[in-house]
Amino acid sequence: MRRPLREGPSGRPPLILMVPALIGLAFLVLPLAGLLFRAPWSTLGTRLAEPHVLEALRLSLVSATLATALCLLFGVPLAWVLARVPFRGARLVRALVTVPLVLPPVVGGVALLMVLGRRGLAGQWLDAAFGITLPFTTAGVVLAETFVAMPFLVISVEGALRAADPRYEEAAATLGAGRWTTFRRVTLPLVAPGVAAGAVLCWARALGEFGATITFAGNFPGRTQTMPLAVYLALESDPQAAIVLSLVLLAVSVLVLVALRDRWTGAGGSA
Amino acid sequence: MRTGVAAALAAVLPLALAGCGDIEGSRGGGGGTLTVFAAASLTETFTSLGKAFEAAHPGVRVRFNFGGSSTLARQIAEGAPADVFAAADTATMAKVAGGGAVEAGQARVFARNRLVIALPRDGSAAVRGLRDLARPGLKVVVCAAQVPCGAAAGKALAAAGVRLRPASEEQDVKAVLTKVRLGEADAGLVYRTDARSAAGEVRGVEFPESARAVNDYPIAALDKAPRRDLAAGFVRLVRSEQGRSALVQAGFEAP
Repeated sequence: MRRPLREGPSGRPPLILMVPALIGLAFLVLPLAGLLFRAPWSTLGTRLAEPHVLEALRLSLVSATLATALCLLFGVPLAWVLARVPFRGARLVRALVTVPLVLPPVVGGVALLMVLGRRGLAGQWLDAAFGITLPFTTAGVVLAETFVAMPFLVISVEGALRAADPRYEEAAATLGAGRWTTFRRVTLPLVAPGVAAGAVLCWARALGEFGATITFAGNFPGRTQTMPLAVYLALESDPQAAIVLSLVLLAVSVLVLVALRDRWTGAGGSA
Repeated sequence: MRTGVAAALAAVLPLALAGCGDIEGSRGGGGGTLTVFAAASLTETFTSLGKAFEAAHPGVRVRFNFGGSSTLARQIAEGAPADVFAAADTATMAKVAGGGAVEAGQARVFARNRLVIALPRDGSAAVRGLRDLARPGLKVVVCAAQVPCGAAAGKALAAAGVRLRPASEEQDVKAVLTKVRLGEADAGLVYRTDARSAAGEVRGVEFPESARAVNDYPIAALDKAPRRDLAAGFVRLVRSEQGRSALVQAGFEAP
């Protein structure tokens, strides 16, 4: 089964790569095909017209978008600090940033309650000083999604920053630009595709968020019930409805992602 | 990079372990293994009964899959290898029987559970009955209508003529309990057994309308049980005097 190692770029792709690639693709796509296969197509229209479906979809789109905005606002500067400012303990900080990736989201939700809950470390104070309580609110949904999704953005942007040619920034500095100006006029445009790719990943992760959301924000239609929560509860009583809801979520997210990819990252090239 | 990964693991591992503390390490091999699918509210009682069963059957291991009854029923319908199924309501068991996994008439009710109002022990809200839950400003959480505890809550509230505006409709009864335990909610509707399992942090208030929403817990050995002999033995243990006293101690009522 040994094949010659050297193959011109125009040669046939080697089987040793193609076979696992196809298996990988099938593994990712087949469950989706299963959903399509089991979907109750005949009653699709009436199920979609139910008001709670649209309500959950709207809430999902709004909260995922707000969460992505928050991730950009705080995540891009964080990525810049990690990539450009040398400091002691940077490795530890970088590891901590990735914690939400490995943390079971439900545990993330409990952790958020410990800090931002009504009796949490900061939440207690928020409640006493401003009368703000975050659990069971749409703001709570956005925070839970931000917590889980931000690492995706930070990692993508940090990677892009490290890969960017530092000579442009050096040139800007030589020409007298301050660090903020350099960041705004040189660095940011340079890593824009990385930021866009990170934002897209971040949005997709926020859209599918379940565990942290239901734990921190609870589940109430119109206020905190996003599509994944609606899917989970539908699964309890009516699996067919759950499939329909999943398909809606999938269709909308694929549409948005494809549209964004074409627009932001030049037909999906550089991301 | 290696140290980075190590640091990440060190930070996360305790949390991750805490998240799955009830998964028992499987030793594999040895005598037979009995697999029991049981409603989440049975976790404490069945875990201790499982130990008793293992003690009485040397070489046999009892493995539990605790979860929402309807989730378990779905897993059984999709062919999960289970020997025994214990559900939190008869409707769920009927679904499994309808799918042919349990012989009709095989399931036996072995316990009953009723709802109580759970209040945080250090909470200040004066709640004596369902009517008090409708007070404005009170944060009340209940189960979603799709799960058995939510259906029961709906029945009890209807019987009391109380219209509730809950802060959240949780995915299962343990989630309701957590919200009350942490003080995020001022009150929640949970099973009496749940309130009792968290007696240190939660106070359970009984209310008369709970009689309208009593859940019957049926148990059955599954038709295709890989270990029918052990399955029947476990069902006998649960329905024995020993099983009954363990259940009553946890707050269940005998059928």
